[in-house]
Amino acid sequence: MMNKVMVTSKPVAVKPLKLSQPLGAALAFLGIKGAIPLFHGSQGCTAFAKVMLVRHYREAIPLATTALSEVSTILGGEDNIKQSLKVLIEQSHPKLIGLCSTALSEARGEDVAGILRTCELPIPVVYANTPDFYGSLSDGYSRAVEAIVKTIPQEGALHTRQVTLLIGSDLTPGEVADLKQLVRDFHLLPIAIPDLSTSMDGHLADSYQGVSTGGVTLEELQVSGRSAFVLAIGESMRQAGKIWQERFQVPYKLFPTVTGLEASDCLIQCLMEWSGCGVPAQYPWQRRQLLDAMLDTHFYLGGKRIALALEPDLLYGISQFLVSMGAMIQVAVSPTRSPQLEKLPCEQVIIGDLHDLETHAQGADLLITNSRGAGIAKTLGIPLLRLGFPIFDRLGNGLRSYVGYRGTTQLLFDLGNLLIEAETH
Amino acid sequence: MLQAKINQLLTEPACGHNHHHGDKKNRSCSQQAKPGSAQGGCAFDGASITLVPITDCAHLVHGPIACAGNSWGGRGSLSSGSNLFQTGFTTDLSEQDIIMGGEKRLYQSIKYIAQNYQPAGIFVYCTCVPALTGEDVEAVCKTAREKLNLPVIPVMAPGFVGSKNLGNRLAGEALLDYVIGTGEPPTLGKFVINLIGEYNIAGEMWNVLSLFERLGIQVLAKMTGDARYQEITYAHHAHLNLVICSKALLNVARKMQERYGIPFIECSFYGISDMNQCLRQIAQHFQDPELTAKVEALIAEETQKLDQALAPYRAQLAGKKIVLYTGGVKSWSVISAAQDLGIKVVATSTKKSTAEDKARIKELLGTDGITIEGGGAKELLEVIRRTKADMLIAGGRNQYTALKARIPFLDINQERHKGYAGYEGMITLAQELTNALYSPIWAQIRQPAPWEVDDE
Ligand code: SF4
Repeated sequence: MMNKVMVTSKPVAVKPLKLSQPLGAALAFLGIKGAIPLFHGSQGCTAFAKVMLVRHYREAIPLATTALSEVSTILGGEDNIKQSLKVLIEQSHPKLIGLCSTALSEARGEDVAGILRTCELPIPVVYANTPDFYGSLSDGYSRAVEAIVKTIPQEGALHTRQVTLLIGSDLTPGEVADLKQLVRDFHLLPIAIPDLSTSMDGHLADSYQGVSTGGVTLEELQVSGRSAFVLAIGESMRQAGKIWQERFQVPYKLFPTVTGLEASDCLIQCLMEWSGCGVPAQYPWQRRQLLDAMLDTHFYLGGKRIALALEPDLLYGISQFLVSMGAMIQVAVSPTRSPQLEKLPCEQVIIGDLHDLETHAQGADLLITNSRGAGIAKTLGIPLLRLGFPIFDRLGNGLRSYVGYRGTTQLLFDLGNLLIEAETH
Repeated sequence: MLQAKINQLLTEPACGHNHHHGDKKNRSCSQQAKPGSAQGGCAFDGASITLVPITDCAHLVHGPIACAGNSWGGRGSLSSGSNLFQTGFTTDLSEQDIIMGGEKRLYQSIKYIAQNYQPAGIFVYCTCVPALTGEDVEAVCKTAREKLNLPVIPVMAPGFVGSKNLGNRLAGEALLDYVIGTGEPPTLGKFVINLIGEYNIAGEMWNVLSLFERLGIQVLAKMTGDARYQEITYAHHAHLNLVICSKALLNVARKMQERYGIPFIECSFYGISDMNQCLRQIAQHFQDPELTAKVEALIAEETQKLDQALAPYRAQLAGKKIVLYTGGVKSWSVISAAQDLGIKVVATSTKKSTAEDKARIKELLGTDGITIEGGGAKELLEVIRRTKADMLIAGGRNQYTALKARIPFLDINQERHKGYAGYEGMITLAQELTNALYSPIWAQIRQPAPWEVDDE
């Protein structure tokens, strides 16, 4: 289907949907155990990102700043970088530091990579180039993952049952956990990059730590280069997959989404082929549950007009799924460009903000976006399914899962319940 | 120009922070984050905290997405009217804009907002990147003001000039330079005051406004909780300024005294004794026997009502020990609220406190009280352990530090959803404290799992 991807015509962003690249990069780094993301910029950028992450996950979030001042911005932030690394290494004993640039350091044109080369560092420092004046959360996240896979995984004899999962920014910790379990159930050994399932899932650790309390370990990251299979989840992981393929000559398989019957079937099929194992008993059963849920909910979803504003991968996966259930996409809004957008099953895709969602969602039956859409939903009198980031007025963002048969069933119920409630009002 | 303003604010004479520095710059305001630390907000953050509560204005953030995309809609200020202030606006500068200069986009954005939203005024926040590239934001605002015939106010508080505190003051300067003194007031009553530094978080200001109404005191302008643009334009007609438990906007109070001869007093709305004292200070200022009598009657009535309402909570809270970590300025006012409930404050942060604040804190805490000077999560937890405190009261960012250490917690910052000001607020505070402290979860989550218990 052809469609038009248009850029919003307003000179100003109203109710922005977009989030900054460094925030996305920080999220990726938080999926590494013992890591600290470090923003190379002024203190405020870090504080805002931290508040967002804290509110979404309801967790203590380690995040540090190189604290550029007006003077150091003009003269150059080299000392700030060096001093920050030193302080962090001495005080928090991280296993890895994820350094992210910001608009400020980039506008000045600082050569961060060059500065890092002149430092002698006892731990890996991964640098992601993430100016705020380009892209959105998912772009920053992808850049961080690309920076990680470029540097940390090491070559070695292939481990025939080991699988590297390149996890896109739209997957929640709960979804990563489900995918890992699925892979394990085929007697394969998954290494997720990054792995939020054990860091941002919301668990009570035994003591306070100034670094991420879970995630993929540095050792796992290093041996991940020996994986015999690579699964990239989300179009935004394509570049990371390509890097992988070039570095290790192991081809990657890309799944644009793992939500929905067809997508889940494909994934299971792929794992069967790779592992040589039959399907573990619980999955056919979960599939039957999904089929039943599809029957039960199609009354509510059929013909419904849905308006979405989400980051590209999520937008793509959810739209495909909704259309497969008989719903129609009234409008889709993305904060940033992506090749995915061309393939969305709808007539109109807008690169824009929540105000664009608001103007084009008139008469829709359901809105799907982050918590900031709550006001719009109220004004328009349309129910809202909260998805994406940030979600600050709902609990359990760490554990929610809409992937695989089980997750898709849950998504159907959540959608159906919202529509039932709207109908009975 | 901006640098001159900053230097002047850093030596603000009315601010107790400056008294002990001679002509050296004020440390608390100029305090920059240290590399490698996790820190508080920037000057832009402080400026928007101060001005965004003006409800019928559009607040346009000029810069790349980080500043507004990650922050809009995050504060808990409530409005009794327009909700325009909650609509995030940003020029969302792209690389292209930065190379070509964002002034044109800024002007178009202002025009778009003026035409589509009918704001009472537009506040334009200049953030780090346009400040770095040397855009003339003030000139663009001036042109827009003239062409659109609408107040368009530049707020020159790019994040990298300093802390949140400094940003508060720069916002105050914007009000002084562009808003206050530009309008004519409605009929004035006998006792007319402004509130300065009260942002109506979770609607708590309304608890206090109703008291003033009962006393026949007219609140002319609120700066800035639930404010309309218009009311700030004629704020210069008030008889008295009330600076609410915050040093942040002292520059506004002092300059209004200088320019318009309006005296000011510093007050806190937290805690019974502080609230009482505040009302008495106002009565004392006006020297009106009738007002004085009314104030005393109101205090007597409210105190009696409160004593009854609070009795069950006081019984549960008496003797409990808390650690306060509020980022400083509010410390002493919250201490007095806690003490009104019979709670013992065993430690508090003094990071941003003035010498005066510190003296007051010492007095309130007594000799065993611990003051936390620096402070990171680790130090905080250590103090809680050492003092065997029952609870932590802090800003939202420290919430999970406490909860993860299995310590009851109460949020006292910008993002909270409950208002604690005024007499009514005391009941809310007592309820929240009791619920948090006596939740049955504490015993459960401190209990090891059955398989973790060694049987000796
Ligand atoms: S420090 Fe500067 S760039 Fe960062 S959020 Fe504050 S104003 Fe924006």
